[in-house]
Amino acid sequence: MKRVYVNEKWCLGCHLCEYYCAFASTNETDMAKALKDKKINPRIRIESNEGINFAVSCRHCEEPLCVKGCITGALSKNDGIITIDRNRCISCYTCILCCPYGAVSPSEDGAVQKCELCIKTNVGTPQCVKGCPNGAIVYEERGE
Amino acid sequence: MAINYVYPEYEIVRNYDRCINCRVCERQCANEAHKYLSDYNKMTSDDSKCVNCHRCVALCPTRALKIVKSNHTFRENANWNGKSINEIYKQAESGGVLLSSMGNPENYPVYFDKILLNASQVTNPSIDPLREPMETRVFLGAKPDRIERDENGRLKNNMPPQLKLSMPVMFSAMSYGSISYNAHESLARAAAEMGILYNTGEGGLHEDFYKYGQNTIVQVASGRFGVHKKYLDSGAAIEIKMGQGAKPGIGGHLPGTKVGEDISKTRMIPEGTDAISPAPHHDIYSIEDLRQLVYSLKEATAYKKPIIVKIAAVHNVAAIASGIARSGADIIAIDGFRGGTGAAPTRIRDHVGLPIELALASVDKRLRDEGIRNNVSIVVAGSIRSSADIVKAVALGADCVYIGTAALLALGCHLCRSCQTGKCNWGIATQRADLVKRLNPDIGYKRLVNLLTAWKHEIKEMMGGMGINSIESLKGNRLMLRGVGLNEKELEILGIKHAGE
Amino acid sequence: MKYVIIGNSTAAIGAVEAIRKNDKEGKIVILSKENHHVYSRPLISYLLLGKTTEEKMKYRKDSFYTENKCELKLNKTAERIDVENKQVILDDGSYESYDKLLIATGSSPFVPPIRGLDKVKNKYTFTTLDDAKALESVLNENSRVLIVGAGLIGLKCAEGISKKKVKITCVDLSSRVLSSILDDESSEIVKKHLENNNISFYLEHQITELDEDIAVLDDNTKIPFDVLVLAVGVRPNVSLIKDIGGKTNRGIIIDERCRTSIPDIYAAGDCCESIDISSEEAKVMALLPNAYMQGECAGMNMSGVDFVFDKAIPMNAIGFFGLHIITAGTYSGDVYFESDGKNYKKLFYSNNKLNGFILVGNVEKAGIYTSLIREKTPLDTLDFELICKIPGLMAFSKETRAEKLGGVRK
Repeated sequence: MKRVYVNEKWCLGCHLCEYYCAFASTNETDMAKALKDKKINPRIRIESNEGINFAVSCRHCEEPLCVKGCITGALSKNDGIITIDRNRCISCYTCILCCPYGAVSPSEDGAVQKCELCIKTNVGTPQCVKGCPNGAIVYEERGE
Repeated sequence: MAINYVYPEYEIVRNYDRCINCRVCERQCANEAHKYLSDYNKMTSDDSKCVNCHRCVALCPTRALKIVKSNHTFRENANWNGKSINEIYKQAESGGVLLSSMGNPENYPVYFDKILLNASQVTNPSIDPLREPMETRVFLGAKPDRIERDENGRLKNNMPPQLKLSMPVMFSAMSYGSISYNAHESLARAAAEMGILYNTGEGGLHEDFYKYGQNTIVQVASGRFGVHKKYLDSGAAIEIKMGQGAKPGIGGHLPGTKVGEDISKTRMIPEGTDAISPAPHHDIYSIEDLRQLVYSLKEATAYKKPIIVKIAAVHNVAAIASGIARSGADIIAIDGFRGGTGAAPTRIRDHVGLPIELALASVDKRLRDEGIRNNVSIVVAGSIRSSADIVKAVALGADCVYIGTAALLALGCHLCRSCQTGKCNWGIATQRADLVKRLNPDIGYKRLVNLLTAWKHEIKEMMGGMGINSIESLKGNRLMLRGVGLNEKELEILGIKHAGE
Repeated sequence: MKYVIIGNSTAAIGAVEAIRKNDKEGKIVILSKENHHVYSRPLISYLLLGKTTEEKMKYRKDSFYTENKCELKLNKTAERIDVENKQVILDDGSYESYDKLLIATGSSPFVPPIRGLDKVKNKYTFTTLDDAKALESVLNENSRVLIVGAGLIGLKCAEGISKKKVKITCVDLSSRVLSSILDDESSEIVKKHLENNNISFYLEHQITELDEDIAVLDDNTKIPFDVLVLAVGVRPNVSLIKDIGGKTNRGIIIDERCRTSIPDIYAAGDCCESIDISSEEAKVMALLPNAYMQGECAGMNMSGVDFVFDKAIPMNAIGFFGLHIITAGTYSGDVYFESDGKNYKKLFYSNNKLNGFILVGNVEKAGIYTSLIREKTPLDTLDFELICKIPGLMAFSKETRAEKLGGVRK
């Protein structure tokens, strides 16, 4: 299954992936209109320290601890992609407790959110990949 | 300082309706021209720090930024323009030599833009490049005067070593030190993929790039940085740098701050020391001395590699070239006054040297008049900007061109001419690891390949249009050129007729 | 192959999903004491709060049993197991034969023997959907509710009924709320937050006597009430195994493959006791993620695949009125502590390992700490100072990051 991979060799820590992620979730067509005066809460997040940068997003694990821990069954695996049914989520944060990558985070309305490979957006393919100016993020199969 | 004599040349214009405070401009400007004010939730910019490199403009996801030339003016003066005045202020302030980067930007005539190409019609039909084979390959090196046969009548191979190129373009000398490791990797990989060569410049050859040796010209400059036996053996050809178009008559200078561990190892100098290349080679004071070096290098490499001698285009370039052609060199590279550099004194860059078009034409004519044109191939450099410039250069007598600035533009350079600060925001003319990262060779080399592939097609189209199907037939073919807006002397030196004749 | 599962909650579902990965044909029978499609038990308080519905509470969709070819038998209580004949005897006299049996009987609320408890009309425990519905039916505006126990269940019940305009009082013998998972300082932060949401506490007290509508504390304080909720603890349901001589302690003792001491009988979930790897002690870890993973482990082994679950640790994610708490592991060893009054973080480590942690308020990326405990990551392979301040993958080495994020296999 294709996944999003970030190569820290080329990541500049410019945060454009975060903005493209936030933009994709709005399903708007113009980024300025979509994100003007908004504090973003993206599903891919940059970690930076002393010249090292990389972005972390859901790994869509083969053995997903978040799915096993979810108390409502809101998190489930569909065709390899771990998705969240936001209607079912009651914000208990057990998934945040379980995720070893820190890839799940609370969203503005309380339900949790994480990268779902842009399958629920209008564009359909991961936008963080598109927004990266230095080829640090790729969407490919690595036999995991 | 109390009095601001010099007003910022550029202003950063931000469309606040489109700015989403993503701070990419702030993060990506090595000159720290942008800042996010958290109290006001607003981005702000300091025009005085902007060098007009466009990094922020190119990365802004909502296209909210542009850089404009400030319309703050001096009183109009055809003689004392703003630039001249500001330069006086700078020197009164610093007491130092003005330094600049890249090529001469001044308003001297660009002869390529005053030369037009022919096309076939009616009497001599054009060739369709999509249907007919078009030969863009060239071979650089000395050509023998006559065919020789052995006692059985079979052809003797009396060809000196040749460089085979898939098209008449090579990447110009840009040293590792003036440009980054990633820039070199992009050039090397692109040269390998396109079947052409790139040039190490005077910074030596990094050990990671020995594997591209077949596509590398190793340069021996006056500082002899990084020159050792393995270095000479690794390249496909050796270039002796006598001069450089951007700064004829003087040497090179890489500040000690840029000489880190890697550069120190590659150039074979201690870390942190300035890398100064002296003006002359201190063992070459005459044409005989040059001949001696040429043959020393041939001996050291078993006569297997062509030797290139690179000179700047100066007033008696034809005589110099004639001497070089008799010295045993296989290829002469001539660098015109528009050539780029990492750093040079502004006055030398802008006021010394000759346009390559005139230099080329006069050298080609001189060598042909003396019957020694086949002793050498001629490579020209100094602002080849498009495939049209290449075709015109070949028609004026060049075997091949070097591209420097054009290659860097393909890699992302925006010609802001601030290379000497070492803070190139595009990761090209810098050694800062966080900036060098911005040039991903996987992307860079592809862009170079794209550029050359496009030019190759265009060259074929233009040649086909002229009814020519090989570079060899275009070479020195002055009848394919006409001048426009040139005076008699210029036409005479270029050896072409005026349009309409 | 016939699989019988006693219990119809999380552990049972984990087992079914694991069995069906390996055995698509074997018969699965689920015996449920309750009368409901599997629902998520922790959600009963959210139901009262109005944040979920009975429909959304279902832990798996309606078609789960048919899609996984399970026969669900509701309202059936298992009375005893006939090990020799491999049969489960039910309360209605019928029996269910098995090849592999899973005990997922969960736990039952402990009813403390308080004098006068029989006189109280409106008394409830709070562990099942039926409990919640029953409780809701007797609440009116201004009802005075007295909750015995300020632990996880008691406080969740309090939050659950908080929108019903009732007066809520909570009594606990411990000096702190959530005493099983929080220490003094963090507990104080939570208590203040709950008090700000109109819940009153009598801590370090117990009820010595009850009358129809009055509770008397050990210091003679009298608390009038209309409804009493007992939330003092739960006891694992071990009788089925105990009665046939299987090893039990507080819970049914299972090994890393979820086997009980009796062949072909497995156990999973709140009814069991297993090794908490953060303290190397046997514990009942009655938490939903553990229940699922034990059920999965049991199911794998029951269907012939050797599968080990040896990473069980206590872990909790809970929240009250917008304040989140995440804890895991054991609280022993050296301490890293930071608090700004609202956000509280304490990490416990010794012998080059992270033993446990408490997070209140800012709980982002807590899973990074959890993973250090579960994987027993040696702390000298990380930038420990950095990870204490900022949980993240940056603290790991470049090689580890390439493995975790880049799909690079060692």
